[in-house]
Amino acid sequence: MIHVQDLRKSYGKHEILKGINADISKGEVIVVIGPSGSGKSTFLRCLNRLEEPTSGELRFENQLITGKQRDLNHIRQRMGMVFQQFNLFPHMTVLQNVTLAPRKLKKLGKEQADAQALSLLASVGLADKRDAYPASLSGGQKQRIAIARALAMQPSVMLFDEPTSALDPEMVGEVLDVMKKLAAQGMTMVIVTHEMGFAREVGDRVLFMDEGRIIEEGTPQEVFDHPKEPRTKLFLSKVLK
Amino acid sequence: MDFGFLSEYWSFFTRGAWLTLQLSFFGVLFGTILGIGFALMRISKIGILRFIASVYIEIIRGTPMLVQIFIIYYGLTNFGINFSPFMSGIIALTINSAAYMAEVFRAGINAIDKGQNEAARSLGMSHAMSLRYIVLPQAFRNMLPAIGNEFIVIIKDSSLVSTIGIAELMYNARTVASKTFIPFEPLIAAAAVYFVMTFILSRLLGLLERKLSAQ
Repeated sequence: MIHVQDLRKSYGKHEILKGINADISKGEVIVVIGPSGSGKSTFLRCLNRLEEPTSGELRFENQLITGKQRDLNHIRQRMGMVFQQFNLFPHMTVLQNVTLAPRKLKKLGKEQADAQALSLLASVGLADKRDAYPASLSGGQKQRIAIARALAMQPSVMLFDEPTSALDPEMVGEVLDVMKKLAAQGMTMVIVTHEMGFAREVGDRVLFMDEGRIIEEGTPQEVFDHPKEPRTKLFLSKVLK
Repeated sequence: MDFGFLSEYWSFFTRGAWLTLQLSFFGVLFGTILGIGFALMRISKIGILRFIASVYIEIIRGTPMLVQIFIIYYGLTNFGINFSPFMSGIIALTINSAAYMAEVFRAGINAIDKGQNEAARSLGMSHAMSLRYIVLPQAFRNMLPAIGNEFIVIIKDSSLVSTIGIAELMYNARTVASKTFIPFEPLIAAAAVYFVMTFILSRLLGLLERKLSAQ
């Protein structure tokens, strides 16, 4: 579904991504782990071109999406994204947050968009918050709404950029539960996270990144229980205490 | 002080105030529209647009409005361009408020967290849609006090166009002064009318601000 070939990204002279190759199949849940500054968020943000890759090739559903791209907006409609800082629209109610894109981009009527949004809100357990403004919600609630907002465009892949890193510990679980449910429904997901337990439980494949490269990849069992690379071992020994 | 002249000449003040309001209204309206345009140019990725907008803003802010008014009304006749006094007044007020509004809008847009635009773009919205539905509505709310300030400045600065013979409030106050040979009180009357206009405006904006922040 997503094919990444020799993806590179530099800021000035500083190279953040030093040639990433990856293939992501439909229905797969890929978890990207690694120390901070390893380029994992940059990698994720290159996938929907929120960051402009310096070189390399990206294909999404057999369509080349790097280079001059006229319908980047259409491609992004099929790639949902969830951010560390939620980025809900604070001047809109929860319902408006979720319905805005389907109404403006897919031209759904109000009733249809509302019905879809309410069923999504119900699936993340927040149907009662439809008329609330984001400022009145907890971090965990905001992130669940953000997931519903991304799903409202019915994307074929969901990108998660450290979705629980800005949450208080007691709210991490509720967000991960929503993501687990989504994975169980067969959604293709690419998740950058520090939640190792979650990575092990939900990931089909784990990518370990360090210094702009994928150092090691494999099933969670392979990477967590039998890491081959010294850097993977070092990283895991620090985070799995 | 003797305001007895008002019984005979009050209509000079009401007509003048009406014209002042018209000048200010159009100056603010066109200035806001142009100002958004210049603000978008200043944050554009295209270097030449940023350059044009910066030059415009610096020149307009760096030269006196009185000089600009004279250039538009008297100076341009040199090139065969003749605007009526009223048109010249509106043009001068517009190009001025556009320059100041552009800076207000630019600061307001820049103050919105980048994540807002990223979220909109990640949903597939174009840059223009992100601005229209996400960035500008939030920026506008933050900018309301600065915009209100600019409205008030325009009302007051519109008195400068009395110099090219537009019979607005200031011009009419001086007309009354010369007709009645009273130098002082007509100016006080004009000042009072200006104050009432700006005071009401600032109160209305305060109400709007409270209503928006209550959401």
